[in-house]
Amino acid sequence: MSMTALDHHPALSRPHARRGDRILIGLAVGLTLLFIVAPMAFIFARAFSQGWQVYAANILHPVTLHAMWLTTITAIIVVPINVAFGIAAAWAVAKHRFPGRGILVTIIEIPFSISPIIAGVCYLFLYGRQGLLGPWLQANDMQVIFALPGIVLVTMFVTAPFVAREVLPLMQAQGSEQEQAAVTLGASGWQVFRRVTLPNIKWALLYGAVLCTARAVGEFGGVAVVSGNIRGQTNTLPLHVELLFNDLNAVGAFAAASTLTLIAIIALVLKAVLEGRKAG
Amino acid sequence: MTIPSIRISAVILALGTAPAAAQDTLLNTSYDIARELFEALNPAFNVHWQDSTGRSVTIDQSHGGSSRQARSILEGLPADVVTFNQETDIDVLAQGGLLPPEWRDLLPNGASPWYSLPAFLVREGNPKDIQDWDDLARDDVSVIFPNPRTSGNARYTYLAAFAYALEQNDGDEDAAEAFVKAIFDNVPVFDTGGRGATQTFAERNIGDVLVTFEAETGGIAAAYADQGLERVTPSLSLFAAFPVAVVGEVAERNGTTDLATSYLEWLYTPEAQRIVAEHYYRVADEDVLAEFADDLPEVRLVTVDEVFGGLEAIQRDHFAEGARLDNVFVNR
Repeated sequence: MSMTALDHHPALSRPHARRGDRILIGLAVGLTLLFIVAPMAFIFARAFSQGWQVYAANILHPVTLHAMWLTTITAIIVVPINVAFGIAAAWAVAKHRFPGRGILVTIIEIPFSISPIIAGVCYLFLYGRQGLLGPWLQANDMQVIFALPGIVLVTMFVTAPFVAREVLPLMQAQGSEQEQAAVTLGASGWQVFRRVTLPNIKWALLYGAVLCTARAVGEFGGVAVVSGNIRGQTNTLPLHVELLFNDLNAVGAFAAASTLTLIAIIALVLKAVLEGRKAG
Repeated sequence: MTIPSIRISAVILALGTAPAAAQDTLLNTSYDIARELFEALNPAFNVHWQDSTGRSVTIDQSHGGSSRQARSILEGLPADVVTFNQETDIDVLAQGGLLPPEWRDLLPNGASPWYSLPAFLVREGNPKDIQDWDDLARDDVSVIFPNPRTSGNARYTYLAAFAYALEQNDGDEDAAEAFVKAIFDNVPVFDTGGRGATQTFAERNIGDVLVTFEAETGGIAAAYADQGLERVTPSLSLFAAFPVAVVGEVAERNGTTDLATSYLEWLYTPEAQRIVAEHYYRVADEDVLAEFADDLPEVRLVTVDEVFGGLEAIQRDHFAEGARLDNVFVNR
């Protein structure tokens, strides 16, 4: 008999799933429904529990609209900066050899492993009234903490690794032969980047940008420290959800949460599409 | 001019701030559950301010746990006035040099334009007939309030129950401790904050009675109107101050000292006090308080100073590690 061990492997030797497999699939689907789909459905059910009009009134409340605007403007500032930073960092690490490269990669990933609230507190102690730069900022009448700049800074910190983390492995896998070839053919640095590097990484880059956007829009803990919770001024959408919830305005809280959830779903669909592109 | 306002004017003169052009925006930094209250108060103040100065005023609101709010102000949150639910949080600002240490003397009633007390919220028809603190110690009663380690609201509850028991037991502290322990043993779940406890009681339907500030019980009953929850005020409870102050340093920088002072003084006017009383707070103005006697039943109020000898003594005898709260809150 020429049967090898591989032929015995159940997943390969049988065309359709065995009982054990079906149980596993059932478990995965069941748990997904229980832990992810049901709570999300609940958000929308609660948001619309008192009808369209109440939902619309909650969404169109000036303070809620302002929170949406603030969250949007924060993402609009943060994502391009982090895309530029991510490309630069990945480029530096993947295409160059220099001492401290490993340390740089570790530093870039720090925001992943640090709780966002620590980022918030760090910025508070740096830019706050009693902080290192506080007295100078105050003397020059510049408000960083408890204003848009503070919110942007903390969000930037928290979302910094997303683009670099997506682009870096790809750049490393691709190596720098193509760039070297382009240089030998007389391309300038900018031409190499635009014509060779960028097309190679574009799907990974977009994927990273989508993740970065989703995270920037949803950031809560770090921003909570530096926001000051001023309604209609420094209240981002996630903070506003908590605020409405504390006000016993459950419908309002869920209405605001539903917009955040929608943004997340759009981001996920984009992510799935991009993932396909990235692989293909 | 009343005596307090003369005092305030004197302080303003002493600070040397009369600003050339007062900006007519004000940031009021407040405790977390006061949003509705100030949403009702601020438009009324705007009308008053327009009538007396011809200018309109926008009052921005920041709400959060008042200890956290104090922390934020120390770090530069530009609050012109604070309206808190704990005196110690204003003391923190005084220690930080942001306002004078004698802030309590700058406005009437210890700078507390309204106050409240721990009270009860029970199920429709009060099926367990809960009327006073000793009903909370009964074996057949399940009680909900948050964790006193994390919630100032629950610390008031603990102290109010203790004060009641001291009076019932002729000042015997160990007997009072045993009484409070009996109440704590009736609590099936300790949430971290008042809002969590409200959820446990009203949404998860756990417990026969929720203990929280009387000012909260009205709002909760209204928010869950379909449940027919009923407010019960015990015979004795603890005075809980809701203090206010101008954050001198910030107001001076913003040129809002006049406006900020006027705002806080206005909170003591009958017009404002009525709005406050509609939100189930008890108010400094005796006449207005009498108008709302139906909503705010008579209760004997004791203060922390009278019963426990001040905040420091409470910290030492009750809340420090190994002190009485640890005995009561055993194995939790």
